[in-house]
This record gives sequence, C-alpha cells and structure tokens, in this order.
Amino acid sequence: MSDSVAGSPIRVGLFVTCLVDLFRPSVGFAAVKLLEGAGCRVEVPAAQTCCGQPAYNSGDRADTKVIARQVISAFAGFDYIVAPSGSCAGMLRTHYPELFADEPAFLPEVEQFAERVHELVSFLTDVLKMERVAARYDGVATYHDSCSGLRELGVRAQPRQLLRSVAGLTLRELPGADVCCGFGGTFCVKYPDISEKMASDKIADAAATGADTLLAGDLGCLLNMAGKASRQGRNLRVRHVAEVLADMTGELPPIGAAERR
Amino acid sequence: MQATSHEFKANAHKALGDRNLQAALGILKRDFPGRRAAAVDRLPEFEQLRDEGRAIKNHTLAHLDLYLEAFEQKVTSLGGQVHWAADAAEARDQILAICRAAGARTVTKGKSMISEEIALNDHLEKNGIEPVETDLGEYIIQLRHETPSHIIGPAIHLVKEQVADTFRDAHTHLDPARPLSEPRQLCDEARALLRPKFLAADVGITGANFLVAETGSSIIVTNEGNGDLTQNLTRVHIVITSIEKMVPTLEDVSTLLRLLARSATGQEFSTYTTVSSGPRRPGDADGPEEYHVVLLDNGRSAMLGTEFQDMLRCIRCGACYNHCPVYGTVGGHAYGWVYGGPMGSVLTPQLVGVEEAGNLPNASTFCGRCESVCPMKIPLPKMMRHWREREFERHLQPPVYRAGLAAWSWLARNPPLYRLATEIGAAVLGWAGRSRGRFRALPLAQGWTNGRDLPAPEGKTFMALWAERQKRAR
Repeated sequence: MSDSVAGSPIRVGLFVTCLVDLFRPSVGFAAVKLLEGAGCRVEVPAAQTCCGQPAYNSGDRADTKVIARQVISAFAGFDYIVAPSGSCAGMLRTHYPELFADEPAFLPEVEQFAERVHELVSFLTDVLKMERVAARYDGVATYHDSCSGLRELGVRAQPRQLLRSVAGLTLRELPGADVCCGFGGTFCVKYPDISEKMASDKIADAAATGADTLLAGDLGCLLNMAGKASRQGRNLRVRHVAEVLADMTGELPPIGAAERR
Repeated sequence: MQATSHEFKANAHKALGDRNLQAALGILKRDFPGRRAAAVDRLPEFEQLRDEGRAIKNHTLAHLDLYLEAFEQKVTSLGGQVHWAADAAEARDQILAICRAAGARTVTKGKSMISEEIALNDHLEKNGIEPVETDLGEYIIQLRHETPSHIIGPAIHLVKEQVADTFRDAHTHLDPARPLSEPRQLCDEARALLRPKFLAADVGITGANFLVAETGSSIIVTNEGNGDLTQNLTRVHIVITSIEKMVPTLEDVSTLLRLLARSATGQEFSTYTTVSSGPRRPGDADGPEEYHVVLLDNGRSAMLGTEFQDMLRCIRCGACYNHCPVYGTVGGHAYGWVYGGPMGSVLTPQLVGVEEAGNLPNASTFCGRCESVCPMKIPLPKMMRHWREREFERHLQPPVYRAGLAAWSWLARNPPLYRLATEIGAAVLGWAGRSRGRFRALPLAQGWTNGRDLPAPEGKTFMALWAERQKRAR
C-alpha cells in the first residue's frame, strides 16, 4: 500500500520520544515496521533527545525553546514527523507554535514544522489511509485513551479501527477510557499519592472489563499502569498499541514482565 | 478564611485515607460526567452555544468598565444602591453597615461563593448578627463548621449518614429516634427548621450568577427555591457578587443559562431562575424595600489584560471539578481555600498569592478534560502552566526540583552527551532489572516505586540499536 508521491517514497522522520528510547526501544521498531510496511522511508535524526515537555510544564520557557529549536532543525526536510506518542506529538504539533507565538519572525517555520507532525496510529489511518494490519494477537484487550493524544490530537477512533483488524484480538471498551491514568509527566513524582490512586482506579476499571491486555499509545501512561498492575499482582498484560499492530508481541514480553526463558 | 493551600500535599494525603470522602467522590465521578454528556447530546447546537457564550463574555470583559457603570446607573435609577468593594474587607464592612442600618439580628443567605471568599459569616457572627445558610448543602456545612468543597455542591464531600449524624447533633429538640436514613427525611427536616428562619430574618443575602447591565438586574439560579425566600421575605436584599458576573443584556443571559445547568448538573434548566431588578415598586405584590448590590473586585480587575483574563469568563458551573481526576481523587478541601478543582487552581493563586497556592496549578496532569467540558472554553491547563512560569521566574519551586530539571535540561540540549547518559542508564537498569522485568524499589525513585513498580528498560537505547541497524545495512 505504498502511497508514493511522484514515484519517491514518503520520507518520515521518526521522533522516537525519550521514554521509548530509554525504556522500550521495541516500540520504536514497531513504529518503523508499520511505517516501512506502508511504504514510507523512515529516518531517525541523531540530534533528537526529548520534546521538552518536562521543562515546558515546569514553567521554564527559555530552555524549552532551546530544545524545541533543536527538534525543529533536526527534522527539517522531512515530509512528515511521526512519534509513537500522543503526548510528544501534541507537544510538537500544538505547543511549539504556542511557545513561539512571541517570535513572529520564527513562527512561520515553527508552524510549517508543526503541521507535518503526527501521532503514529492516526498517521497510519488518516494520512496513509491504512485500514487494516496483518497481525495476530490472542487475547481480550481494552484500550486507554492517553489524554494528550485524545484531546489535543483527536486520536480515538483510529487505534480502535486498526485493532479490530488484528486476528484473534477481542476489543472491549474501557469505561472511563478518557480519564487520566495519573501519570502526568512530573506530576507522578511531585504528587505520588494522588498519582497512584488514579493509577489504581484505572487498573480496577481495566480489570473489571475482563480484559487480559491493556493497551495505550503513550509509554508514560503505560509504565505507570503496568507498574501499578504488577505491584497489585494483577495478571494484566500491558503493551503499547504499536507492538500489537506491528505483530511484534511474540518476541517481546509485556511491559514490566520478565523476559521469557 | 485562612488559606491552607500550601499544605495541599498533606491535605491530599488525609483525603485519600477518608473513606466517607472517597465514597462521596466515587458517586460524583460516576454520575456527573454522564449526566452532562447526556444533556449535551440532547442539544445539537451546544458547541455553537459555547462559542457564543465565550464571545459574550470576551466582549463584556473588553468593555467591563462601561458595563459596570451602566449597571450602576440602572440599579440607581430603579431605586437600588451599588457599593464598590475593592477587597474582601471593604465588602464585609459594607454589608455589616447595611445590616446594622437595618437593625438586623438574623440574616438569611442564599448560596454565594463570594460570601465564602470574603468570609462573611465569621464577620457577621463576630458583630452579633446570626447568618443562616438556607441552601441545603450550605446549611449542612454551616452546622458542621466546614467550608464548601465544591462550588455547586458545597456538601458533596459528605455521605448521607454523616448528614443524619449532623442533624441529630444539631437538632436536639427533635426526637432522637426519628428516622433519618433517606434523603427525603433529611430534606424535610431542614425545610421545616428553615421556614421560620426565613420569616424571622431582617436581611436576605444572595449571590448572583449574572448581572445585567441593560436592566440593572441580578440573576440567581437555584434548585431549592431558597434564594427566592431569602430575597423576598426580608425587608432588605443584599446581593454580594463580583465584577466579572456582568453581561450586557437579558438575551445574553439566556444564552449563558442554556450552557450553565447542562454543564453543571446535566439539567436543561435549573428549577428556579430568579431575576431581581431593584427594590419593590409601588403596586408590586412583594419584594424587598431596599436593594443593595455589593460589587467585589478583590484582584479581578488586575487579571484584565493579562494571560489570566480568560479566567474571568468562568460562570461557576463546576463542570471542571466534576471532570477533574485530581479533584475526584482528593476532593475540594485539599485545595485549602474557597475555590478548588481546575478553576480554583487558576483563580486561587491570583486571589491569595502564588506563594501560598503554588501547589494548586502544579497538582494537575494537564489531562485537559476540564478545558474540554468548560462551557466558556477557558484554557485552564494553559493558565495553570502560566502560574508555573511565574513560579519558575521567581525561583519558588523546591531547590531539588529545580536542580534536577536544570541537569536534565542541560543534557537534553547536548544530544551526544544525552546519548551517552541514556545508554549507560539503559544498560545499568536493564541489567539490574532483567530477571524480574521491573523494580520494586530503586534509589532516588521512591516517589515512583513506593506505590508501583518501575518497568525495567530493555537494556539498549533505541538510538544505539538504530545505529547498529544502519551499520549492518551498509
């Protein structure tokens, strides 16, 4: 299903995200597999680190701007910039233009960058017009809508649509799927009591669906939910949605689970 | 009221262990979002109304001085009086003076958050005047010597068994064995006790949901009718309100009313909507002899022209409370002052200072659910971030947090060093966590690991693995 423009493949710059880079590189490779499978040429600029949200949400606009300029320059020239995270994609797409609203000379470049940024799953469906994936997952899954992807980027139907095409997978709706899991970036360490209670409520809701698998599109939320589920001793497999869509679950244990021996 | 917002963490910790509170919050989280959603779904033009409502308020705020003066002129021409109060102390003194001039011993009160903001009840009591709250929720918390925990449901932190206990403790002249297990019984008891209070009161004090410049009217909405009894059965009616409640016309109010109840409780309209325009005229069947409007500023005019101006659009529906996962976890008292939830996290630092209330705009995950349901489309997370910027500029965040942030930010600006640091981190944590796949405890990460495990990294960073893949491909 290669949608090439004038014969040349779509050039996608992968914004890996700091959490995928550090904790779960497999999510990055799942993204690469999905994008390449759809005919894109994927490149990973070396000058990327993080989107700058920790500084931005701590009130440090100056450092955020330095980081943002670094990202914008690293991703110049790509047809699209894609991130396996609604939170980081939302930062790049909606918050960078806000951040530089007071720099009219640079703003057009920022806006031209921002409009090329997409969250992975919605990029597959909305831009590449992917309707199904060739993947198998034997299990009953429920899906948590991570906040930034849902409310900043409108990611809701897209992951559900692709998940329904996964062989063997039954999708059950999660009541309160739009309620925050309690991660919230630095929130989870600034207010751990509150964060944990929110995570606990989320896990209880997920368990009540009878699902054996909890999926989401943001690694921050996933680390939080997986960490709470395993602390409670729950038998819940927690995974990034891209792992399932890319059919990589066979070789990769769920988040927070021991490697298979 | 003395703010305890600086103790937010301790307040929140206590709230998490309060079983009654958690049960009450469970009901709020279960019921309110669904009711709002159903009401919104039944009104196809709701989104359009939000834009209209926002435009009405933006227009009014851009010309607030003109509308305030027009309002004063109209009220005066109707025979009422407008009193301008720059701060809480001025408002309290003005109200006390009116009560004294009326020879008041008791005053009845409709629900008013501005009255809470200026701590009016304490002031009246200190000066020998008995305030009687007539909204059921306010009546309950007045008996319990508590403050409201929600702007539209002041006693929402309580379960009905606690209310029954409160009534038994307070209403000692009634049969101790009377049944009080049903909400209806509690309601009837309060109603019977409040009726003579309405008749005996000398002054009635209400708030205002809206002020109308064109007609000089104040408007309240209630579901209990207590506001009407408060303002119609007394000789003197005082409206205590704040300057941003102003709108130009009654037509504008009708637009905002279509948003208010749907957003607040999921009702299409509140049970009572009461318009007051001046004192009783010759030939009127009822109404007060005196009509006073105390207009409070208390820091609001200082928000005009700043990044916090949009907050003045707020119509106090409480939808942001009802949809906030943090409010739903800790309740309103944790916020430590009159206003809580997302709107309080923006407004309170303005009214009591960000030094006192800095925790509030920080205690948000920026999930954005508040903004998504706000009928006035107030960008609440964005304004909480602005407060964090004020804190950052003034070095108000904890030194450890600032140092950590500075170190991380320095690394993030130096990709090669960042690569090195993350590769070492991933390797060490990956090696240490490889057998279990997660950590139950980790030095310097207790904030995370005290209540949840930390999934272990896979061992190599994506960037390192990608570089290997590129090398192989060559």
